[in-house]
Amino acid sequence: MSGAVQLKTSPHLRGMHSVDKIMRHVVYALLPVCVFSVLQFGISALALILVSTLVCVGTEHLFCRLQHRDTTVNDWSAVITGLLVGLILPPGFPIWMAVVAAFVSIAIGKLFFGGLGFNVFNPALVGRAFAQAAFTVPITTWTPGMAHRRFLEFIPTTWTLPFLQPDMEHFRAWVAKLEIDGFTGATPLAMMKFEHLEADKLELFLGTLASSAGESSAFLILLGGLYLAWRRFLDWRIPAGVLGSAFVVSGIFYLQNPDLYPTPVFTLVSGGLMLGAVFMATDMVSSPVTPAGIWLYGILIGSVTVVIRLFGGLNEGVMYAILLGNAATPLLNNLTQPRTFGASRRPRKENAT
Amino acid sequence: MTTLSHLSGLFRGTFRHGIHPPDNKHFTASRPIERLPFSRELVLPLSQHAGKPSVPLVRKGQEVARGEPIAKADGFVSVPLHAPASGVIKDIRLMPSARGPMVESVILEVYPGDPQDILYGAEVDTEAMSPKEITQAVQDTGLVGLGGAAFPTHVKLAVPEGNPIHTVLINGCECEPFLTTDHRLMLEQAEDLVKGTRILMRAMGAERGLIGVEDNKLDAVEAIRNVLEPNDTVSVKAVQTKYPQGAEKMLAKSLLNVEIPPGKLPFSVGLGVFNVATTAQIGQLLPMNRGVIERVVTVTGPGVERPGNYMVPIGTPIRFLLECLGFEGGTRHLIMGGPMMGGTVSSLDTPITKGCGGLLVLNEHQLTTEEQMRRYPCINCGACVEACPMLLNPCELGRLANKARYDVMAERYHLNDCFECGSCSYVCPAAIPLVQYFRVAKSANRERAAAS
Repeated sequence: MSGAVQLKTSPHLRGMHSVDKIMRHVVYALLPVCVFSVLQFGISALALILVSTLVCVGTEHLFCRLQHRDTTVNDWSAVITGLLVGLILPPGFPIWMAVVAAFVSIAIGKLFFGGLGFNVFNPALVGRAFAQAAFTVPITTWTPGMAHRRFLEFIPTTWTLPFLQPDMEHFRAWVAKLEIDGFTGATPLAMMKFEHLEADKLELFLGTLASSAGESSAFLILLGGLYLAWRRFLDWRIPAGVLGSAFVVSGIFYLQNPDLYPTPVFTLVSGGLMLGAVFMATDMVSSPVTPAGIWLYGILIGSVTVVIRLFGGLNEGVMYAILLGNAATPLLNNLTQPRTFGASRRPRKENAT
Repeated sequence: MTTLSHLSGLFRGTFRHGIHPPDNKHFTASRPIERLPFSRELVLPLSQHAGKPSVPLVRKGQEVARGEPIAKADGFVSVPLHAPASGVIKDIRLMPSARGPMVESVILEVYPGDPQDILYGAEVDTEAMSPKEITQAVQDTGLVGLGGAAFPTHVKLAVPEGNPIHTVLINGCECEPFLTTDHRLMLEQAEDLVKGTRILMRAMGAERGLIGVEDNKLDAVEAIRNVLEPNDTVSVKAVQTKYPQGAEKMLAKSLLNVEIPPGKLPFSVGLGVFNVATTAQIGQLLPMNRGVIERVVTVTGPGVERPGNYMVPIGTPIRFLLECLGFEGGTRHLIMGGPMMGGTVSSLDTPITKGCGGLLVLNEHQLTTEEQMRRYPCINCGACVEACPMLLNPCELGRLANKARYDVMAERYHLNDCFECGSCSYVCPAAIPLVQYFRVAKSANRERAAAS
């Protein structure tokens, strides 16, 4: 009888969450966003999301095999990265470039640092930053949504041959043939920045305008975020900090010059801010753990996003803002150690001993 | 009425953070305290308490009567030991203990068929005793913290000069899942409990006695209230049910909104904190001038056929308890104490000691599923930071422990304020045994300090 008894250390009970469960539920929350993206942009978006996900999972598996350790793809985190890479690229992004971006995100963004738990930056954004630098034209080439034949034909740029740039002449001719009113090939953010035209905020919220594959519907993203926050798979303070500070900072500028600067609501629902705030800034690995650090991190990302959008050379700033936040995370953690129960507000002197 | 009590629950005292593990008290909460037959042999470790081991007063072959002192205290931070049954001393030798190492223990062979009357002790008037005399009398009972810490109770009563005590807090939280001994005690021995509270108040010179009970035991609050007088100096108050509400610092915060500073004891803020079982024993033993010879133990878990709350003589081997109560095969874990802070035991010869309030018999899958046990690297989710009742940063502490930076853990991240409640390990989705890391780190630091 006593031979069967096992020795373990307390606590002998364990909560219900596990890493793969958290990651799996983030994937669930992303699925509606993916589905909407496919509905909006058709089979090109489907191909883009599928390929980036498969490449991310495959890369992680391959690296584990090369290192002779058990595969880590079953923790679902590579799936999240894959979906996000697909969602933050323009829908007509050449597939071969998406393969490179997805490979870079997992290989350089995650595995070079040591895999899950050790990456300093959000892997999906590392991939996207690489693409931004390497493929400047395709990453700013936007496609109108809801094209008639979107489930029948691919966007011409999608199947660009490897190592070649997409044929932009052909693409423009294809867009012209679609005969969609008012499509200028610019996202609402770009129109705001360069022409000071503000798109309809309700359309932006529901997501019917030109954008990256998965950034269009602020509504679905918010829904996924609410689900995750309700199940406690996500720290609500991060999106609250990001969106709140973006609202306040852009509000200050708007009040100063309403003709030049966008309304704060436009700031919230346009571009990648919502997806970034809900699904990327909240990446647990690269965000702080201390209560004060979490708020500062959110506020940093929100404010930097607005500053880049309004004053930077780019019309979109979420990516760099989050990467900057990721980089600041160790510092924020370090500076904002929580006050121990019962300790006085000032740091304790006895530490010196 | 129920709506009203739900509403008032919102305003009950609590502390920040903490966790809500499934309490599993339904197995035994409604079972009155029962007696079991005596085991043929009792194993009485000389060290069942924090402090110096007791010194045996008996020889091999000597007959002892139930309640007779068989070992005396060795100095102030030590307690005597009393014979839990009439019988003969068979041996004094090394026996397995709950913590692991073999410890010197008195083996008592119980006389079968003996009426087992307690012949020792004479009634004394506790009203007439001075605080000093009460402290001495408490030491003579051999009482230690019955909540699990097993710290000699009388030492807590001897507060250093210049620390006036205004309130005695009695801890009836029993926040450990599965355990129901304190719950039953409060229901069945409320009078002893209040009597003990008054004795403790007089010993410490406190004006007020406050019994704190988690609000999943409102029947116990009612039972205690029924034995109080109108405008009594002793009162009872419900606090929110949350683990680890039963930690003295958490309880003081919940009841009085007082924070005991790091590294300080309750007396530094004018409090004395005692467990309900300890207090009830004082109320029962002191007026009779007797010693601790038995305690209530919750034997529970899916591996036991007849779970319940049992009055068990100190020294009863676990094997005997399990044989009495029916033991299902396939059991993998025997836990002494509660599932959050208790330890597994390696030998069925391990006896029930003064500090042991529970014996859990659990199967593998009733504790944790495979999914829950899968280890991952820390993903920085911060769940531990949100759970730690001491408001530490277990996430950073865990990372430092991995690198064996034990000195930094203590100096910069307040390792020594951790009281090992296990909340961080409980919530960790990566199944990192954080508390065990911290125990290792603390003992490494202690060894280093001792070496230098």
